[in-house]
Amino acid sequence: MTDGTAIDPPLGLLAELTHRCPLSCPYCSNPENLDRRSGELDTETWKRVFAEAAALGVMQVHLSGGEPTARADIVEITAHCRDVGLYTNLITSGINVAGAKLDALADAGLDHVQISFQGDISDHADHVSGMQGSHARKLELAAQVTGLGLPLTVNAVIHRGNADRVREMVQFAVDLGARRIEIAHVQYYGWALRNRDALMPTAEQVRTSTAAVDQARADFAGQIVIDAVVPDYYARRPKPCVGGWGRRSLNVTPAGKVLPCHAAETIPHLTFPNVRDRSLSDIWHHSEAFNAYRGTDWMAEPCRSCDRRDVDFGGCRCQALAMTGDAGATDPACQLSPFHARMIELAETAVAEVEASPMDTRYDYRRFL
Amino acid sequence: MIGDATIPALPRGVRLREDQARGGFTLMAPERVLKLDPIANEVLKRIDGTATVAMIVDDLARTFAADRAQIDRDVKSMLQGLADKRLLDLTGND
Repeated sequence: MTDGTAIDPPLGLLAELTHRCPLSCPYCSNPENLDRRSGELDTETWKRVFAEAAALGVMQVHLSGGEPTARADIVEITAHCRDVGLYTNLITSGINVAGAKLDALADAGLDHVQISFQGDISDHADHVSGMQGSHARKLELAAQVTGLGLPLTVNAVIHRGNADRVREMVQFAVDLGARRIEIAHVQYYGWALRNRDALMPTAEQVRTSTAAVDQARADFAGQIVIDAVVPDYYARRPKPCVGGWGRRSLNVTPAGKVLPCHAAETIPHLTFPNVRDRSLSDIWHHSEAFNAYRGTDWMAEPCRSCDRRDVDFGGCRCQALAMTGDAGATDPACQLSPFHARMIELAETAVAEVEASPMDTRYDYRRFL
Repeated sequence: MIGDATIPALPRGVRLREDQARGGFTLMAPERVLKLDPIANEVLKRIDGTATVAMIVDDLARTFAADRAQIDRDVKSMLQGLADKRLLDLTGND
């Protein structure tokens, strides 16, 4: 599909304002090669990007990173997003945000705050984030967010060290006054791949944590919304990654590259356009990268004739590449992929047994300030 | 449960917005963009944090010269659905 007139406009834009971050999480989802501060887009360019996004049809912007508030212009950017009509989500580590900075962001029109929590127990959480005292600072910010009446989402990344505490995490979020929680199992590419053996849950943990989500949905109905991402390695059908390539959303990196999903740069034969050179509309409609896996025409079997091709769009292109060597193959999370058995085998061999305490797990931390 | 005296209000972070690119109106919320049908839009437009459910239903029945009992059922069901998703605050319940 390359006919620009038939392409629906995107709904969401993930703005990775910076890759700098005070935390060192072993499952960091930022790419292998991080953008340096000196290469980041300036304020005026970001403002142009957000104005172009709103004109293109984007409704929501996710101000993310790294830690987005590490940028000195975060309040100015937030105010601008509101001025051009965008709904603004702040996706934050929660470090160095509480106090005057959050007040200024709220006054600028910030709509929603999502804080990552590495656990519901302070020392476990600090062990995963690689920063002593981080959990306490997140708690302080969460209290300020709900005190202002802003909606709070708790983002809980799930792995072997905390997969047995899903129920407790939901209770923790309810107690904080969060309206929403994301139970998101680690996605194994980029930096997380280095820590796969330390992070991968057992098959039993996946079963019990999935059941815990179902039970919590029933028990906390009307109190909190639970959005859960099923762990890929034990799935039967792939996820419709980012809702379909070039279909609903786009990413802009700190240096201005525009991607269909945040991991797309792992696909080496694609060249991603930059907002410094082209308009967002031109990139969305006409760039080779966005048209490469858009729609269903690019598919091979078994996707091509599958009745779910318009449901899951063949799954994740990055995972297909990582596991099969071909970004155009069926995502091996699908039972119909010839690589599905190998994927399950990989997951099962990665996990010997669960450590006696989460504190015993050794991680390869990511540090980038 | 929602009664006639319930006062619905959109909490901070949940707001109506016209969707110029695709047409129609949407309800914007954390990680959600809900496309509204014309009826839902008419209901949500009348939520101002002071109007009761009975007042909203009265106004809709008058404006559209429609069966009040039917509107009453539909409005209460719709508002309860939004409240369950934490997209609506309810006060003044019995």
